[in-house]
Amino acid sequence: MAYDVNGTTVEHDEEGYITNLSEWSRELADIIAAAEEVEMGEEHWAVVNFLRDYYEEYQIAPAVRVLIKSIKKSMGPEVGNNKYMYELFPYGPAKQACKIAGLPKPTGCV
Amino acid sequence: MSETIKKFLYVNRKAPYGTIYAQESLEVVLIGAAFDQDVSLAFLDDGVFQLTKGQDTKEIGLKNFSATYRALGDYEVTKLYVEKESLEERGLTLDDLQNIEYEDEDDDYAEKSSIRLISRAEMAEVMADQDVVLSF
Repeated sequence: MAYDVNGTTVEHDEEGYITNLSEWSRELADIIAAAEEVEMGEEHWAVVNFLRDYYEEYQIAPAVRVLIKSIKKSMGPEVGNNKYMYELFPYGPAKQACKIAGLPKPTGCV
Repeated sequence: MSETIKKFLYVNRKAPYGTIYAQESLEVVLIGAAFDQDVSLAFLDDGVFQLTKGQDTKEIGLKNFSATYRALGDYEVTKLYVEKESLEERGLTLDDLQNIEYEDEDDDYAEKSSIRLISRAEMAEVMADQDVVLSF
């Protein structure tokens, strides 16, 4: 299974998480988001960028409650709350945003 | 919070990359942290090497997961007991370990060290005080 980014194939697993994290690009993120039926706006990107920074620093994708707590701290309570985060990513802010961010499934999400 | 909070201690005794134990322990801690229990980690014997700074795994083709210990504070795991004798026997001091900090919500989010250096005798007391001890 693979995504097609301008003619280049990017392998992914059965749930849609990419296999080789270094193959991520913004174009790929848009393609994954489209497959997830998520229209990427400014706040979606902010969450995706936050996740990528978090992974870069700690080598894990945070669990959803850690993500929401951290977003609340960095972006304020209007964005960093359960309701809004689920509006941005209806199938789970951690799972879905991590997939779009090209990260593995979050640690602590079953 | 429920009133049935139990004290869980994860005991880490092995060097980080020779076996899968260290990484599995960390993974279980992160997953278990979702259950609102009182979680502590203990590092003794070769387990103290798990917390050393400057780890480089390029040559062995394994993921360097040492940075993940610094995320434990986000998961409200803030007690990392390190046994003094184990460090000394390996020629290590606290300076050889990473800075692992958490933000104390009850103290204006002050950053505090999660690492607690204790003696072998104190470690025995910490273990005796637990409801559940998991060894890795």
